Amino acid sequence: MPPPEGLTREAGALASGAPVLNADEAEVCRVMQICNACRYCEGFCAVFPAMTRRLEFGKADINYLANLCHNCGSCLYSCQYAPPHEFAVDVPRAMAKVRVHTYADYAWPPALGALYKRNGLTMALATAAGLALFLVLALTMTGSLLHKPLAGNFYAVFAHNLLVWMFTPIFLFAVLALTLGVRKFWQDVAPGSASGAAVAEATSNVLRLKYLDGGHGQGCNESDDEFTQWRRRFHHLTFYGFMLCFAATCVATLYHYLLHWDAPYALTSVPVLLGTTGGIGLLIGLAGLLWLNVRRDPERGDSAQNPMDRGFIVLLLLTSLTGIALLAWRDTGAMALLLAVHLGVVMALFLMLPYGKFAHGVFRCAALLKWTIEKRQPSNLQLSDE
Amino acid sequence: MAMVDVLVIGGGNAALCAALMAREAGASVLLLEAAPREWRGGNSQHTRNLRCMHDAPQDVLIDAYPEEEYWQDLRKVTGGITDEKLARLTIRASSSCRDWMRKHGVHFQPPLSGALHVARTNAFFMGGGKALVNAYFRSAEALGVTIRYGAPVDAIELTDGRFVAARIGAERIEARACVLAAGGFESNRAWLREAWGRNADGEWPADNFLIRGTRFNMGVLLKFMIDAGADTIGDPSQSHCVAIDARAPLYDGGICTRVDCVSLGVVLNRNGVRFYDEGEDFWPKRYAIWGRLVAQQPGQIGYSVIDAKAIGRFMPPVFPGVKANTLPELARALGQDEPTFVRTIETFNAACRVGTFDHAVLDDCHTEGIAPQKTHWARPIDTAPFYAYALKPGITFTYLGLKVNEQSAVHFGGKASPNLFVAGEMMAGNVLGQGYTAGVGMSIGTAFGRIAGAAAALAAKKGEHRAAA
Repeated sequence: MPPPEGLTREAGALASGAPVLNADEAEVCRVMQICNACRYCEGFCAVFPAMTRRLEFGKADINYLANLCHNCGSCLYSCQYAPPHEFAVDVPRAMAKVRVHTYADYAWPPALGALYKRNGLTMALATAAGLALFLVLALTMTGSLLHKPLAGNFYAVFAHNLLVWMFTPIFLFAVLALTLGVRKFWQDVAPGSASGAAVAEATSNVLRLKYLDGGHGQGCNESDDEFTQWRRRFHHLTFYGFMLCFAATCVATLYHYLLHWDAPYALTSVPVLLGTTGGIGLLIGLAGLLWLNVRRDPERGDSAQNPMDRGFIVLLLLTSLTGIALLAWRDTGAMALLLAVHLGVVMALFLMLPYGKFAHGVFRCAALLKWTIEKRQPSNLQLSDE
Repeated sequence: MAMVDVLVIGGGNAALCAALMAREAGASVLLLEAAPREWRGGNSQHTRNLRCMHDAPQDVLIDAYPEEEYWQDLRKVTGGITDEKLARLTIRASSSCRDWMRKHGVHFQPPLSGALHVARTNAFFMGGGKALVNAYFRSAEALGVTIRYGAPVDAIELTDGRFVAARIGAERIEARACVLAAGGFESNRAWLREAWGRNADGEWPADNFLIRGTRFNMGVLLKFMIDAGADTIGDPSQSHCVAIDARAPLYDGGICTRVDCVSLGVVLNRNGVRFYDEGEDFWPKRYAIWGRLVAQQPGQIGYSVIDAKAIGRFMPPVFPGVKANTLPELARALGQDEPTFVRTIETFNAACRVGTFDHAVLDDCHTEGIAPQKTHWARPIDTAPFYAYALKPGITFTYLGLKVNEQSAVHFGGKASPNLFVAGEMMAGNVLGQGYTAGVGMSIGTAFGRIAGAAAALAAKKGEHRAAA
């Protein structure tokens, strides 16, 4: 029978005043106890070296390890204790199930953490609301969704200040909510102070997606035990595409306020070039991630999170698609309609930032930084060789 | 289906090495794995490293491990029950096989935490043996090796020492040459029972053994070949036997069921008495004798008892220890006779002569005036909470096998078969007649798997010529 007995542990935890583990956290605890006695997977990623620094796995450790896990799958296919073995060790699935608790438990304000539980529905509602809002607004402002060409002048439909007043508070709220959430996560895992070297290494691990390389550079697993770089490549396209779009917005903001150059900008201008490149990166990257997600071995990860994962991918994909469509037809009579749809989707994306899959990036970065700090500290264990 | 050149029977490291080599030599290859796909790989799925000879630092291997030192290590652990020619062949092969392994998808890494004592001598497989098995199967499929799972061969057709066909029940599979690599007989509990026999107390000790590896090593082919008159090597009652957690599963408990705290405390038998020097030597040098020691105790069970001072000083075991705040409470939790248990521990405690405790060296903490003595790391068991781990013998592999030459050919009455070869655990006893040292099983399996595969491809070609002529 696989260790440990959950009830005993729970009773012990209650008696000692330690936080009680939920069923998914208890599963990570059980699995880590087995892995810690085996350790064959130490070379794959940071989860296992972090595990070996511990003998017991409390709630904070479990949430830390779960967010360190990239769900690459290498350890599942290599595992001598994976199902059908009676130990039924499935680290990626156990970790995935805890991650959604992390996002929900650390969400700010706490009441909104529940939005993670039915994330697909939440996202659909947010998108519908965003779309409805802008379509109605467009109708009210212009009287009709179709109009004479306006030479790409968005502000003829929605005034600049209106957009600023609508998006800035929502964006700032997203930043605030994620910051407060991850701050609590950071305090709970008590990592100590970060040296420059630790920050540099963590940054490099994030930007290169180090732990999707399989430890040997050949990549991670998708549908079976074959290693592939495709997830890493598609995620890079997505991440850097997103950053380019973000940069486009920043440059456009500087143009507007600093240089007093008003949109629309030429196709060869910096914001449009950045946005177009980023948008294409997003399209390819997200389509690829969605394709991989659908093809992924159902044994891996937590299929209950498919609506959250795929919902976010689709929302970001829609953002990119509608953005590019807007650019392509901004000089036609459909501009107001396209703009309303694009802004509606962007609004939904902003609303969902602190309560959807986007959170994984924030908690993952925090966990990775915690690891590069922790690995520089001496271990307090003196385990002799076997 | 046209007759294949080389039939490989087995699905572990040696079988896969043979299949890959035969295929690379141009032979058509069919591999028959007795287990279903999800249990493929035999005991190889539980392995983790390869003992490698090297004269200078080599990627993940530090310093040097020359042929002579490797040979002396092997001679020492086997007590001389080895064939020097075949042993040196294995050793030399271990120095040059890793590029070939990498080509077929095996990744190496520096030693795991808790295994630093073999950093110089052993190259670790990233992800362990199952990752290696996955890589080899993937490579074999890509090269066009035909693989059948759930295909347990139960008989071989032979004509004058020449392989003709293999049988799975009523099915008959012909091939020009064959490699047997189907493992030992450690999963066959009836055979173990017979080999170990009955002890003076009327017990069948093997009934209490656990099998650390696959449930598919039933020794069917080994028995068939012995009955068919193949020359054998090794003692059937010998097996690599480790003391593991008594709660481990009957099969496939693998590495994680080890209990590494023996040298930090005392070990009592069912009657509440100590029976061997727990601190005789470093644990990596002693863990392999404890299986047999426990097997010789009544009920084939032992209890490793430690106190709070030991926590954090040994590899964490997979099952939590039985924990108690007093010794009488621990005795009751273990179902031991309370006064005897407490008396044994208190006598031990009183006999401890504690100097400077250091688990990294053979320190001066020892006992005086008790038998058996504890010669190192002896400290009173006096700091609550106390922990105990029940231990049972766990069989890793058996030594009984088929006698081979340098071509890994099966022999009948001293004469080598022209087209039947054997590799892996079915012949490891030629090199490793008894004892064990980390990673040597994989060295033998890799060396002789590759030799057997190449030899079988050659034999198949010769057979083809003969058939044509």
